[in-house]
Amino acid sequence: MTTELIDTLDVRTVKAQFPLLATTIDDAPIHYLDSANSAQKPHAVLDAMTRFNETTYAPINRSAYRLAAQATDAYEQARAKVAGFVNAASPDEIVFTKNATEAMNLVAQAWGRANLRAGDAVVLSHLEHHANIVPWHLLAAELGIELRWIPLTDDGRLDLTDLDRLVDGAKVVSVTAMSNVLGTLTPVTELCAAAHRAGALAVVDACQFVPHNATDVQAWGADFAAFSSHKMCGPSGIGALWGRAELLEATPPFLGGGNMIADVRLDGFTSAPVPAKFEAGTPPITEAIGFGAAVDFMNGLGMDAVRAHELELTSYALETLEARFGDEITIHGPRRLDVRGGVLSFALRDLHPHDVSQVLDQRNVCIRAGHHCAKPLMKLLGVAATARASFYVYNDRDDVDALADALDSASDIFGL
Amino acid sequence: MPGLEDLYREIILDHYRTPRNRGELPTPPAVVAQGHNPLCGDEITIYLQVDDGVIGDVKVGGQGCSISQSSASMMSQAVKGHGVDEVRALVRRFKGMMSIETDDGSGDGDVQQLELGDLEALQGVVKFPVRIKCATLAWNTLLDALDRPTVDA
Repeated sequence: MTTELIDTLDVRTVKAQFPLLATTIDDAPIHYLDSANSAQKPHAVLDAMTRFNETTYAPINRSAYRLAAQATDAYEQARAKVAGFVNAASPDEIVFTKNATEAMNLVAQAWGRANLRAGDAVVLSHLEHHANIVPWHLLAAELGIELRWIPLTDDGRLDLTDLDRLVDGAKVVSVTAMSNVLGTLTPVTELCAAAHRAGALAVVDACQFVPHNATDVQAWGADFAAFSSHKMCGPSGIGALWGRAELLEATPPFLGGGNMIADVRLDGFTSAPVPAKFEAGTPPITEAIGFGAAVDFMNGLGMDAVRAHELELTSYALETLEARFGDEITIHGPRRLDVRGGVLSFALRDLHPHDVSQVLDQRNVCIRAGHHCAKPLMKLLGVAATARASFYVYNDRDDVDALADALDSASDIFGL
Repeated sequence: MPGLEDLYREIILDHYRTPRNRGELPTPPAVVAQGHNPLCGDEITIYLQVDDGVIGDVKVGGQGCSISQSSASMMSQAVKGHGVDEVRALVRRFKGMMSIETDDGSGDGDVQQLELGDLEALQGVVKFPVRIKCATLAWNTLLDALDRPTVDA
């Protein structure tokens, strides 16, 4: 299918930078195929965090001594790196959050509650992760807003036939850039344009997209985008909300507390300027340093090379699994590789994903089995759960072969 | 890691492939309870027909993995025709086997002890802690059904 693609990542060298992947379980190597869930961490990230804790750690934004100023500088440098990674217009457009989920909740709770009224419509899609569904459900219960859903084509892409009607009169269009279940890459630029034509806010759940593709939020024409550190080789505990500066400025605070205020009086408070306005309390400081180091690491690999590598591996995986299992395997999602990321949800005959995962674990093949926090999509697919293998920069064809071999043994155990 | 043969015993696979007591019962007179495993999306529905404190009939619906389905199937066989008190004691024994509740054999007074029988095949699940929730899903749902107000009415 894509044999002309050149793999520009030297995976052996890349993999050697991940200490966990050098370890063994039962004296055998680990085939980590769960990066869409959370990615492993390279030395560069782990070392940057340790070095910061050992040499520079101090509270940020409040104390006057030099160490605190250095820590604050390092924190802000990390923000600038993250901003550059998605081509934000300015570092101040990046709000550090706990994760992408919190970033989505910030949009719904802070922007949504201030701007939406009963009867207003929010357009989502059937591909969405719970993080881009439940915050709007919460708001729907509170404000009485209407949720509309962009349907899917048979091969798991967004069906945009009725898009103009769906977005007509809507106040928000909030859609994923890449499905965590099907790997579907959505036409974000087109969706943002349609949202704006209708006078709606364009929100992008970029949590799966950003770690695997070169990202340009300005080229998208989006208003908000959410993503996290832990899926792109950074630490867990920190994510980011990108928002256009004027929107962030016009949005009321989300959480209240220290750091987010300019002044507090007995009769009220004044918010700090963005992004501090949205960063109440002591943030994950060391994690921000790790997030910045992850950006450096990914830039060092080159995001175009990352995408090319994942395309090659996804293509190989599709070919291998279909050649070896034929009709016994059902692979969900688009067959066109240009609209698909390195995520493979599949079913082996009628074997339950939990059982598949259990057998694979015996051979140190780590996959996700479950509903992937996308229960409406599971319902649409007519399954309770799927098995999902996902690829990243440290995976190679050996991992795909190990997956296929392990699936063979699952067939044996369950007598297929 | 313990071998998969500890988990996937033949009798478990048999109940998985050919689940017993699948179906529904009219409610009322039967009661129904639904259980979910929020981690993996498994769902189970237990229909319980209780006549004079005895489980007259039980049916199982829903979908899930080999462990949750076989556990439900074996449970349905084990409880049918037995008194509610005996069944509650059996649930305690099963959960004890799953290392969830200590079952010291006391506290059930003169309640007749039901045999675990085939259910002992699920003992291997304890070696795979992630799967304990799969094995106990049907049992927690059964408790739920037993607690429905119409049962003893």
